[in-house]
Amino acid sequence: MYDILTNIFGNQIVAYIIGAALPLFVWILPFVLFAVLGERKVSAHMQDRLGPMRVGYHGILQTVADLLKLLQKEDIVTPAADRKLFNLAPYIVFLGSYAAFAAIPFSSIYIGSGIEVGIFYILAVSSFVVVGILMGGWASDNKYSLLGAMRSAAQIVSYEIPTAIVVLTLVMLTGTLNLNTISQQQTAYFWNWNILGGAAGSGITQILLIPFMVIAFVILFISTLAEVNRTPFDIPEAESELVAGFHTEYSGMKFAMFFLSEYANMFAVSAIVVTLFFGGYQSPFGYLGNSLGIPWLIPVEQLFWFLAKGVFFVFVQMWLRWTLPRLRVDQLMTVCWKYLIPYAVFNLLIVGIISLL
Amino acid sequence: MLTEFGKVFIFILIAAAFVAIALFAAYFVRPKRPTKEKLTTYECGENPIGTPWVKFNIRFYVVALIFLIFDVEVVLLFPWAVVYKQFGFYGFVVGAFFLLVLFLGMAFEWRKGDLNWDKPKIDIPKKVIVEKKIAPPVVDQNVSSDTE
Repeated sequence: MYDILTNIFGNQIVAYIIGAALPLFVWILPFVLFAVLGERKVSAHMQDRLGPMRVGYHGILQTVADLLKLLQKEDIVTPAADRKLFNLAPYIVFLGSYAAFAAIPFSSIYIGSGIEVGIFYILAVSSFVVVGILMGGWASDNKYSLLGAMRSAAQIVSYEIPTAIVVLTLVMLTGTLNLNTISQQQTAYFWNWNILGGAAGSGITQILLIPFMVIAFVILFISTLAEVNRTPFDIPEAESELVAGFHTEYSGMKFAMFFLSEYANMFAVSAIVVTLFFGGYQSPFGYLGNSLGIPWLIPVEQLFWFLAKGVFFVFVQMWLRWTLPRLRVDQLMTVCWKYLIPYAVFNLLIVGIISLL
Repeated sequence: MLTEFGKVFIFILIAAAFVAIALFAAYFVRPKRPTKEKLTTYECGENPIGTPWVKFNIRFYVVALIFLIFDVEVVLLFPWAVVYKQFGFYGFVVGAFFLLVLFLGMAFEWRKGDLNWDKPKIDIPKKVIVEKKIAPPVVDQNVSSDTE
């Protein structure tokens, strides 16, 4: 990918910079513009409302209008706040969520960085967000912010453990941490996907693995949902008790940055779920480019499949948000420590035995 | 030629630059008219009372400690998982033993009740049966017969 860009721009350093900026400008920003509107539309139609209708056709430009409004908002930093940390927090939060995109394989030709520790790296940098949240919440000099940040930190770090254990289960089967290799292993048809035990390969083992892979997927999905603070795990920003959680005091563009990184995170965790369980960028049934004999079409199709699967899981997250009520703090911790972690470890051991058969 | 982690570093720089540029762009557009009321800490319209930087619930600290133990364990298990298939059953026993030791610790925490978050204590008053001598109402025969 970087070779192609070097050929186009003639300079390697420019190619690296363009390559690193591509996911942000070509995918994340349009995605966020679309997803914020999508969320409002999804919620509206689920509650038999229409949602935003005024700006553009069926409110299609609503998010652009919101962005312009946020751009013009006064930036208020209370004198009591810790100014340095307060200003630093949006950087850290967005940096943590964008850094994860470096290791996500969008297509066989577009991989930001083919680091061997792929998924492990993503787990590591996504916990960077916790630092930003805690920093913003503490520096705001606001009781709601501090409480929201505390809860958020406790929740994100707690749910990181079931996530990591499920990832371990997958790594045991695939024998690699590199997300691109994991995607390549699930090539050809959808029965090679890891959710259908594709990593095991042979007949009976694959069938035995299916239920445990489904359990692993459910655990991973629940815990990633909690890691991005989505309902039913949105206690950190529970509007009815904590105003807006850790970003209560933020206004204008700084608030927009938190918003942006929340939606970027939603896509990032969906991308992880897709890559680990649903074949990554692989098509479920062969490529048009192969049957037509056009080799350059294959990466484009892969990109399409990856984004389509990712957006589907983002939609599921929105769907859950408007379906399930919020959990209580004690229920949240109980779900994580007393259910998800023991189940995940049990699942890990069973998958370990099955893969040895 | 950059290494793979060099590319990651460029990603991080791009993210930081993006936030910086966005905030800088807003600097030219937004108004700056602070008033005393605007600059107070938001507490639902009331005047803020005290500082928020006080002692917080100790539970968060316990959760952080347990998390630390488990996270270290997961990090130690990653290399084991990568080479898992090369060691066969021996590798499984080693990993299972490691997890068993860890889960003994978890069982201990569980039993001690450190995994229980404080639940709201609902104070239900005990049923107090107060027997009162209620004087039989004086019934006016004529009125009651009318209402019936």
